[in-house]
Amino acid sequence: MREVGQARPAKVMALLIIIKPKIVDPAFPTYIFRLKPKEEGIVYFSFIGYFTEQTTSLFLQVPKSRNQTSGLGMGELEIDKHVQYVLAVEKKKDDFESLVMEHLRMNGAYWGLTTLDILQKLGSVDQDAVVSWVMSCQHDCGGFSGNVGHDPHVLFTLSAVQILALFDRLDVLDIDKVSSCIAGLQNEDGSFSGDIWGEIDTRFSYCAICCLAILHRLDRINVEKAVNYIVSCKNLDGGFGCTPGGESHAGQIFCCVGALAITGSLHHVDKDLLGWWLCERQVKAGGLNGRPEKLPDVCYSWWVLSSLTIIDRVHWIDKDKLAKFILDCQDKENGGISDRPDDAVDVFHTYFGVAGLSLLEYPGLKAIDPAYALPVDVVNKIFFGR
Amino acid sequence: MHGRPRKPLKPEESAASIDKANKLRALQSQFYHIHHNKIYDKEALDLSAKLLEMNPEIYTAWNYRKLGVESNLQSLSDPDSIKSLLDEELRVVESALRQNYKSYGAWHHRKWVLRKGYSSIEREFRLLDQFLKADSRNFHGWNYRRFVAALQNVSDEEELKFTTDKINANFSNYSAWHNRSVLLSHLLNRKAQGFVPREKVLSEEYELVHQALFTDPDDQSGWFYHLWLLDQTVNQDTTLLISSWPVHGLELTLSNNRTEDVRLSSPFPAFNLDNFVHKEGVPLILYFNQAVEGVNSSTVTVNSMLEKNENLIWKPLSTNKSGKAHSWMTYLKIPDVRNSALKAHTIEVSLGHSQGIISSRGCHCIHPTCFRFTLNLQFNDSENMETERSTEMINWKDENFVTSDAFLQDFTPTLLRFNQLTINEGYVSTISNWHVETLENEIALFRELLSEVNCKIAKLTLARLLMSLDIVMSSGAICKQRTHTKEVLELFNDLVKMDPVHSRYYKDQHSLLLMEQVTSDEESLAKHFWYYKELTSSLSQTNFCLRLNKLSLSRIGFLERLLWIQMLDLSHNELHSIEGLESLQLLIYLNLSHNRISCFTALEPLRLIKSLRSLDISYNEIGIHSIDTTRYLCSSPLSHTRASDCHVEEHATVNVEVANYWEALLIFKDMRLTQLDIAGNAVDNENFRMLLVKELPSLLWVDGARVK
Ligand SMILES: [Zn+2]
Repeated sequence: MREVGQARPAKVMALLIIIKPKIVDPAFPTYIFRLKPKEEGIVYFSFIGYFTEQTTSLFLQVPKSRNQTSGLGMGELEIDKHVQYVLAVEKKKDDFESLVMEHLRMNGAYWGLTTLDILQKLGSVDQDAVVSWVMSCQHDCGGFSGNVGHDPHVLFTLSAVQILALFDRLDVLDIDKVSSCIAGLQNEDGSFSGDIWGEIDTRFSYCAICCLAILHRLDRINVEKAVNYIVSCKNLDGGFGCTPGGESHAGQIFCCVGALAITGSLHHVDKDLLGWWLCERQVKAGGLNGRPEKLPDVCYSWWVLSSLTIIDRVHWIDKDKLAKFILDCQDKENGGISDRPDDAVDVFHTYFGVAGLSLLEYPGLKAIDPAYALPVDVVNKIFFGR
Repeated sequence: MHGRPRKPLKPEESAASIDKANKLRALQSQFYHIHHNKIYDKEALDLSAKLLEMNPEIYTAWNYRKLGVESNLQSLSDPDSIKSLLDEELRVVESALRQNYKSYGAWHHRKWVLRKGYSSIEREFRLLDQFLKADSRNFHGWNYRRFVAALQNVSDEEELKFTTDKINANFSNYSAWHNRSVLLSHLLNRKAQGFVPREKVLSEEYELVHQALFTDPDDQSGWFYHLWLLDQTVNQDTTLLISSWPVHGLELTLSNNRTEDVRLSSPFPAFNLDNFVHKEGVPLILYFNQAVEGVNSSTVTVNSMLEKNENLIWKPLSTNKSGKAHSWMTYLKIPDVRNSALKAHTIEVSLGHSQGIISSRGCHCIHPTCFRFTLNLQFNDSENMETERSTEMINWKDENFVTSDAFLQDFTPTLLRFNQLTINEGYVSTISNWHVETLENEIALFRELLSEVNCKIAKLTLARLLMSLDIVMSSGAICKQRTHTKEVLELFNDLVKMDPVHSRYYKDQHSLLLMEQVTSDEESLAKHFWYYKELTSSLSQTNFCLRLNKLSLSRIGFLERLLWIQMLDLSHNELHSIEGLESLQLLIYLNLSHNRISCFTALEPLRLIKSLRSLDISYNEIGIHSIDTTRYLCSSPLSHTRASDCHVEEHATVNVEVANYWEALLIFKDMRLTQLDIAGNAVDNENFRMLLVKELPSLLWVDGARVK
């Protein structure tokens, strides 16, 4: 690093410092430089850019502002509005946005119902109607589809089983039939396909493992191979991808860490390395993103927080700031939570926001289990009950 | 739904949405008809294509098209018509991806078609170039690229070059850095041509990543790659034994004599047999520099005159079921000395002379090590070896602890010997000048960057580099003064202020380093030694206590230096976890009061300490938190690591909701505590105590009150 002289860009006295010659073509050297303000307090950011010996003008790139606006003051969770919103979503079918979600209504029902349970309002739902609709989505193979008329898939089979667990109605299931269907999705290398069409993803490993554990049928699959496959998707940053070599992503990390937790295999996780990567998902404004240099989004409140909770590193983030970010994403008039402040709400982000607040121990909410993604009392009943 | 503004739709938008919905609904109901009736003619396929263009996420429609392809392929044999049939699928996928490039179903459909082997891979690379240009972080695109590269047998070298191009186009591309780390580790591991020596390759990578880091220090993309390079630089494959109990050269006196006053004699080598030696025998503990497996009677040779110690059973000290651990232990059986003429036994432990101990990184290299210690047996016939252990109650108040110069003087030589671990004599580190120079170069570079910009990750990286240099320089030695500890502690203090959002991450790192400092030599360790005076003569040999209280510790570490501790005071810290404490296999008395332990499950490491009798966890946070962050770090039915053995009916006599206390029962059931202090926790109430007393027959005192 050496100083090469002084420049006067933007009326600011600054030192021009060559940081690194970046030699792509030796005949045409490019330098990366930084302009360092000479007097403190004049500029609050540094300029970064490139120039070449042939360049006479400088192209300056101003970094993103460091202080993002913090939004309005800390609000309260509008529990009643959110309950009304979730109940209304179920009935709303006429607009395009509702219709494009129709094929994954089973997921939607799980998100909505779990939200209601965390808000302690599951009683406002017609249980029998939901259970009979869920069962109408079961196929001969034992798997469930996203809605009536669609094909079965492990993503929806898990949601169906979770819904039945919420209502303590697992008794309506032919457990062996469902388990056989899931066990049949395991491949030779331990991975899981989502359905008969063979898409492989660690998300499906999680769905299969979580579902079988709830049904007390983990012995139906080769757990060791399943774990080894997940471990083969571990990256050098400590995170996990959807297949071996895939980039780490908070959603994928939740699936892999959750599956490893359920199978007692967390020793495969480098808790400090992954914990640091995950806690660095929190941006200054308080929200969490899902990958480096991405925007914060409420849904990562769940994926990042649950993973951090499972590996006991959740104290590495600022919980108050995150709670504030989630609360700022509420639609205080009509209920529901969106991905970012002032965006349109949906049931997916409403669930992840409320579940995130539960993990943050927001008062008045039921505690949620970070691995099974069901309220703790529901999980305890499954594993410690009669 | 992402990035859609929250505003009520204008009437015309609302009408358009309903109009669009009607169209989609009509298509959908026609689609159900063709799907359920298995109609795969052109008209039907066109209909499904239209549906997918409108909503690429309808997975069932992709399934339908696959069924259609399979059905229509049956009547085709000419490769050209097969290809054109499949090309139509690729066209549908492409237009769906232009609608939504994140559609899992569309990408999978494309892979499914490509696997049939009729399509041009070149076209796929061109398509990918477009998608990765539009969004260079699209992980579907990157996954698909790995897929087609494998299909085409594109070399890792070529793909590595692609990442170089992507990185040079824009340093802020975490996806490219990630892919680079994957490819490069393959190439390095198989020592591909042009990728040896490793040192040369890593040096070039440092050069590349510096450009990114110095261009925009606040961009995270390159920093994680730099951390990986650092790991590649300092990571040593060789497994070393770094600590043991008993230590090399120790003369250990075992006696069952309760009356002899050994208070002011050197406390370390004298142990009263029934204060810590279990019926099983004398614990023998090995501590390695990394978690290992394969420690057994064939990989570790124990030579002694003692009988019945040929087939020792070694156990990993770990709270998980991996079978791997940093520390391993076994029990040496003590002969019945009344029948033995020999009172002093030399025991030699050697390992590493044969293969079989494997590190968690899968490495078989272990440095051969041998150490010796002596057991002096002084048993008095008149004493009954089977007497129950003494049942004194510990009171941890400050007045009961004194420090004495005489005591410490006597103590220091022992400590000195304890610290002179000669077990790795002859170990030639694989650390070369290159390692040291690289680290020093990095340190200089980041010091310079920090002189210009105040960047938190640069500061954290500098701290990590300094710690790595210290480790590299002291490689193989357990307690060698680290030269940069003070500076690094300061860096972490700065970071706490600079980046308050992650302050507890830096505090944890600070705490670990503080533990390092405190335990690094005799002098600093001796400052924390106290003498517990309340103990009556029957406990006289366990009368010294390591007090690491009031140090603001939030995390503990370097326990390999404390394997011999029997009484430990960690009170008045900020601990919420005691991960690693399971290595202290001689621990009898433990004070964890006034910390931040929030769940019983956090006490899991204690389940492995069979010698523990007295535990103080008063004034913690047990019972006030709704979320248990160690729920999956302990053995339980939830993680399928332990069968559920606490059903509600069994406890019907005690009027408590047992499901609420399953953690406490799982943790305490295997322990043989005589004293438990639990006051000052929200969980503490009359019912809970009744349950404890009922379930834990060994318990004599709860919160200072005699319960039996
Ligand atoms: Zn989102």
